[in-house]
Amino acid sequence: MRYVDEYRGADEARRYARALHSLVTRPWTLMEVCGGQTHAIVRFGIDQLLPPALTLLHGPGCPVCVTPVELLDKALAIASRPGVVFCSFGDMLRVPGSGRDLLSVKAAGGDVRIVYSPMDALALAERLPEREVVFFAVGFETTAPACAMAAHEARRRGLRNFSLLVAHVLVPPAMEAILAAPHRRVDAFLAAGHVCTIMGMEAYEPLAHAYRVPIVATGFEPLDLLQGIHMCVAQLESGRAEVENQYARAVRPAGNESARAMLREVFEVVPRTWRGIGPIPASGLGLRAAFADWDAERKFDVVSVGGREDAACRSGLVLQGQLKPPECPAFGTRCTPDTPLGATMVSSEGACAAYYRYRRFQVPCPTTSP
Amino acid sequence: MCLGIPGEVLSTVDGPLRMGRVAFGKVIKEVCLAYVPEAAPGDFVVVHAGFAISRVDPEGARRVFAYLEELGETNEVREEEEPR
Ligand code: SF4
Repeated sequence: MRYVDEYRGADEARRYARALHSLVTRPWTLMEVCGGQTHAIVRFGIDQLLPPALTLLHGPGCPVCVTPVELLDKALAIASRPGVVFCSFGDMLRVPGSGRDLLSVKAAGGDVRIVYSPMDALALAERLPEREVVFFAVGFETTAPACAMAAHEARRRGLRNFSLLVAHVLVPPAMEAILAAPHRRVDAFLAAGHVCTIMGMEAYEPLAHAYRVPIVATGFEPLDLLQGIHMCVAQLESGRAEVENQYARAVRPAGNESARAMLREVFEVVPRTWRGIGPIPASGLGLRAAFADWDAERKFDVVSVGGREDAACRSGLVLQGQLKPPECPAFGTRCTPDTPLGATMVSSEGACAAYYRYRRFQVPCPTTSP
Repeated sequence: MCLGIPGEVLSTVDGPLRMGRVAFGKVIKEVCLAYVPEAAPGDFVVVHAGFAISRVDPEGARRVFAYLEELGETNEVREEEEPR
């Protein structure tokens, strides 16, 4: 496929690897923020091409993984109601809430459906006027404009039987939480390319300056990742800490203006709790008062049962780059994609699932203990 | 989840919500083009969750390779410097 295959060339990858080997003089630790990048790095073995002095940490960028148990419990409660059609991206169905998941609600007779786009859920609401159609709006800045448009269209078309259970999260506040943590290990960030496609680069300037950290907006194919890593390391080696754009084919410095305008109209910034990490101020999006009629949390008045997490799961450390999945005692034994204890083992972009899928038969990877 | 797939715009339909047909290899999908008002048939767009979120800039697309060329000139990579 055009704009995919050419970024997977083995020859160019080797040339990038060679260039990195001659560039690196000291140990550096880089974090890729996005779970899609984690998946590509582990799948294509990018980390194994790098000089030993370079360490890649996997970041919190899997929206499925960080959706708080409290919101999952609300989703389970709403999906169990008679008359409700509960629509979600497929990734969310097997994520455990306090003991159950959406798939078990479906097995018990709940009408839970997988959709590809929030607009598919909107179309369902139009087709089924006697039912309440709810969409589980999970995702980062990349996904939020799609959900914003669904809310906007629902209001324009006067669809009262449609609502959104909003769990949107924002990337820069999570990066700042990682940078501000004691014993910070991250020297540079590969910023998530598609988040930057929407939001542009400006939010990263204050972070790069305040924490003296290079931040490079990076794409998702092997050559993108290798170039992003090279741009980070070139900055580190020369003592610079700037915001740069590797993913120039999709990212404009100001982002996508029309998508940002729609986000501003429909959503406001709210505090959000991240599963495994905890509350982060101003790190989520919620519907504005003008869209209260399409807010599933208000419409269904559900309360969380308290949000219990399996005690054995170390996903909070995995999400903050403090533990590699194979270092978790439950990895591959008690915890597998068929019997997941944590969200990071369920989602295709969760770090635990990526290691299980591509690395489970390897000797435990060299650990990077702090 | 933030997966975005590049596809070629085949046709566009303007209306209250700009839509279009986009080809991903042999698969053709109906996609919302409201966020890429500038995209026309023949352009490539990055599609996520049913929405085109960016028009692919062919100039920007060449940078990965141009950067590599520049490195070749400035880094003097020799054959014996094989990785590991
Ligand atoms: S391997 Fe399983 S139990 Fe361990 S951190 Fe990952 S999801 Fe949690």
